[in-house]
Parts: sequence; C-alpha cells; structure tokens
Amino acid sequence: MKYKNMNYTKKLNKIRKKSSGMRRKEERAAWLFLLPSITGIFLFVLLPFADVIRRAMFDSMGKNFLGLDNFKLVLKNEAFRLAMGNTIRFLATCLPLLLLVSLIMAFLLYSQKKYAEFFKTSFLLPMAIPVASVVLLWKLLFHKSGLLNILFLTLGKPKIDFMNTRSAFVILIISYIWKNAGYNMILWLTGLNGIDISLYEAAGVDGAGTFSKFRYITLPQLIPTISMLCILSFVNSFKVFREAYLISGDYPHKSIYLLQHLFNNWFTNLDMQKMCAGAVICVVFCLVLILLFRKIDREV
Amino acid sequence: MKRGLKTLLLFGLAFFVWAPLWMMVTGSFMGKDEIYEFVGPVLEQREGMAGWSLLPKYPTLRAYIELLIDSPKFFAMFWNTCYQVAPILIGQICIAVPAAWAFARYRFKGKKALFLLYITLMVLPFQVTMVSSYLVLLKLDIIDTHLSIILPNIFSAFPVFILTKFFRVIPESLLEAARLDGASEGYIFLSLGVPMGAPGIFSVVILGFIEYWNSIEQPLTFLAKRKDLWPLSLYLQGITTDRTSVAFVASAVMLAPALLLFLGGQKYLEQGIAASGIKG
Repeated sequence: MKYKNMNYTKKLNKIRKKSSGMRRKEERAAWLFLLPSITGIFLFVLLPFADVIRRAMFDSMGKNFLGLDNFKLVLKNEAFRLAMGNTIRFLATCLPLLLLVSLIMAFLLYSQKKYAEFFKTSFLLPMAIPVASVVLLWKLLFHKSGLLNILFLTLGKPKIDFMNTRSAFVILIISYIWKNAGYNMILWLTGLNGIDISLYEAAGVDGAGTFSKFRYITLPQLIPTISMLCILSFVNSFKVFREAYLISGDYPHKSIYLLQHLFNNWFTNLDMQKMCAGAVICVVFCLVLILLFRKIDREV
Repeated sequence: MKRGLKTLLLFGLAFFVWAPLWMMVTGSFMGKDEIYEFVGPVLEQREGMAGWSLLPKYPTLRAYIELLIDSPKFFAMFWNTCYQVAPILIGQICIAVPAAWAFARYRFKGKKALFLLYITLMVLPFQVTMVSSYLVLLKLDIIDTHLSIILPNIFSAFPVFILTKFFRVIPESLLEAARLDGASEGYIFLSLGVPMGAPGIFSVVILGFIEYWNSIEQPLTFLAKRKDLWPLSLYLQGITTDRTSVAFVASAVMLAPALLLFLGGQKYLEQGIAASGIKG
C-alpha cells in the first residue's frame, strides 16, 4: 500500500514537472508573439506618456518642480472648462440617444425577412462614407441659405444659421448618430441573435406579453452587449471632431468647442505645459470611466 | 399589416442614407452653372436660397475632367493618402496578428492586466496621446514626414482587440492535434492560426481603411508645416470656392474606393463589428 502510494506521488510529480515545463514553454511563446506589439506600445505610448506626466509637474524649462500647479491652472482655464463641459454634455446626450436609436433599428431589422440585406447595407453605409465627402452636403443642408432653411421658410419660420448658433450642437449629434447607428445596430443584432428563441416560446406559453418578454428576457440577455457598446461608442464619439473641424475650422460655435479643438489649438500655440497637464487629466478621466464599466461588467 | 408598417419605417430610415449619397453622386455630374445656381448661396455668398434637383439638367463630365486632369494637387494628395494608409495597414497586421494570437491562445502571467492596458489605450482619443506621440516623433526627428503618421498608428491597440476575438473561436483541439504531431508554436500560428483568422484580418483591414482614409487630426498636427504631404481628406478644405463643381467631384472620387471596399467586404466588416461586441 505504502509502495503504491509513493509510486503515485512520483508519477504526480512527474506530471507536474512536465506541465510546468509546458507552462513555461507556453509563457515564452506568448511573450515572443507579443514582443513587437509591446515594444512599440512601450516606445510610442508608455515611455513618452511617463515623460508627459513628468513635464506636467515641472515648469516649462523642466527645472522647477511645481507639483500640481499646472493641473490647477488647466482646471481653472476657461477654455478647458468650456471644452470639458461641452465634451461631457455631448457624450451624455449622444451616447444614450445612439444606443436607443440603434436598438430600435435592431428590433426593426431583427424579424425582418424582406430586403433585410438591403437595409443592413443601407444603415452601415454612412460609416464608410468619407467625412470629407459628407461635409460638403452638411454645409448645403445646414447653411443659413441651405436646404433645411427652405423647409423652415415654407413653414413660415425664421431662418436659422445652424452651424453658428446653439443648434450646431444638435447638428453634431445628428451627424454622430447618422454615422454610427449602423455599427451599433450590428452589435445589438449580434446580442439579439444570441438569445435562445425557446426562451420566448416558453414565456409565450406561460402567457407573457410582448412587453414582459422584453423586460424579463431580452433586456437581461442584452446586458453583456451594452458595456461593449458603450465603450465602442465612446471611442467613436471623439471622431465627430472631423466633421466639426471640416465644417467650422479651429474655432467653431461655442456650443461645439470640444476638447479636441482645445488640444488642437494648444498644439498650434505650442502650449506644452497645458497640453501635458490636460492629457494627464483626460487619461485619468478615461481610466475612471473604464473602471466604472468594469464594475458593471467584470469581463471588459 | 404590422409587418408592412415596419418595412415602410425601415425604408424611411434608409432614405436618410441614400438621399445624401444620391445628392453627392448627382452633384458630381452637374455643370458649373447648375451647381452655381444650387449651391451658390451656400458656398459663394450669392443671394437667395440653395436648391437641388433630383437629376442633373445637363449631365456632364466636365468637373471630372477638370479634377482628374487639371488638378495636380489632387493627385499629390491622393498619393499621400496611399503612402500613409497602405503602410499603416500592413504594419498593423504584422504587429497585431501575433499579439492577438498570444492573447487568444496562451496562458501567461499578467495577461489580464495587459489586455486591460490594451483596452485602455484603445479608448484613449487621439488628442490625449497627441502630446506623447509628438514628443517621440520629435526625438526621432520624423515630424513633418509620412512616417509621423505611419509609425504611431502601426501599434494601435484596436486591431489587437478585434483579432483576439477572432482567434478565440478556433477550437483548441485542432491546435492540440498539431502539437501532438510535433508542430512548433510558430508553425501552428502560421499554418493554422493565420488562415483560420483570415476573416478577422480582412475586417481589421476594412475597419482600418475606413479610419485612416479619413484621418484628419494626425496630418493636421504632425504635418502642420508640410501641407504638400497632406492626405486627400484635407483636400476640400483648401479648395477655392469658385471651384464648387470640382469640390463635388472630389468628394465623389474620395467616396469611390471606400464604397467599393465597403460593398466588397461588407460581410467581413459586419463580422468585425460583431466580434468586437462578443464577450470574453
């Protein structure tokens, strides 16, 4: 009995040794595959960003340690406050709106059999249309003497100079939704298609209505999709700067002066101090956001 | 009845996509006078209101000829775009494919933390990393060259993220079988991983193309002093207002490659989008 037992532990050790050897081999292979990417990210992002943090805490000559003074300066900066406020307002408006619009579109398309492919293509198309091509049309539509104002005139309403009033903000949101709704719709559809149909059937047998089916089956099953949707929509939301810039240049109407404009202008003026401090503040902001998403959904 | 209503609603939504597209295309076939009549009030400070018609009155290729033959600047910028987009995409594939393979198929220490770092980098907008990129590019002395656009983008985290999702669905048993046959990890990656992950690679290329074909922020900052290196996406900005008809053609010509790639690769594009939403 004792002998047998010893033999067993020996064997086990042998297996352990072998598997730990395999683990080591696996680790080595993994790091080799990762090496080019990590080296690049280290050299082009992490290392310089450490330098940015350092610069943010020193004066412009890089000699005197200022601690948090630069951050305070940026946080007090009027342009920064305007841009930060606008950006947050933009995100807070456009993200929920986009999620809702694209979810409705996904629902419409979910059970659609006729022309389903045509509709999918139609809704995805805007993301492929180059910004530069769109901008010309945006101008034509939203200019003071543009096409939309013809509609306003025939309705007997006064003309609006869309891009140079507060409505510029609305235009920006519309163009963001126009561009991204298809992308998000596909994500929702993937989530919807992942739901087992038998769940609905069983609920139907139990006498559940359309609303309670949505409330108790669809919604909970879609939760994993939502966090990823939010992150990707967040990533894409910063690209509205392209439309905003091509239509209105460096200094657009106050309501759409975004962080992107601010950084761009700091860059043109070579305001290194402000840029570094601003970048650090934004990274902290993004990190908080990601950690928040992770709270909701641990797998992000 | 309900179904018919839904289809109608969908057609209504699709209208918002096809109408602008139609305008773009028809506009490019309009003559100078016609364009001036329609767009003059908007782009050239003419009195009155803008207008549009469903079809050009006298369709003409004049503007196309003017753009394609008489605009050397357009061609220069077109080639600039190519010199910037192609190396970025090729570089991204070379870097991101193996990295994603590591994330998808191996267990190693710090994997979770590292992947979180990639997601964070993916989320950071360009403007935030602009300063740090600028500092490196300055050190390398490649500001105001094509490389200043290419190099930082090659190491983008987004393709790694997408490809990881694609590589994860390859069944482990296949790789185990190859390992038992004595295949090396590199061989498994090249002969099994890459071909099976090909749809993922296509979708990364398409998503990347859409992204960099439209790049505005980077050339604006890193090529600030070399406008002759600017890509096509910034061409319309510099176009003079008396060449409105050319502007329409330029936007149509810009649209063409993106549209073709989109229609040809829509399947992969959809897969790519869907994959980015898949868990795990």
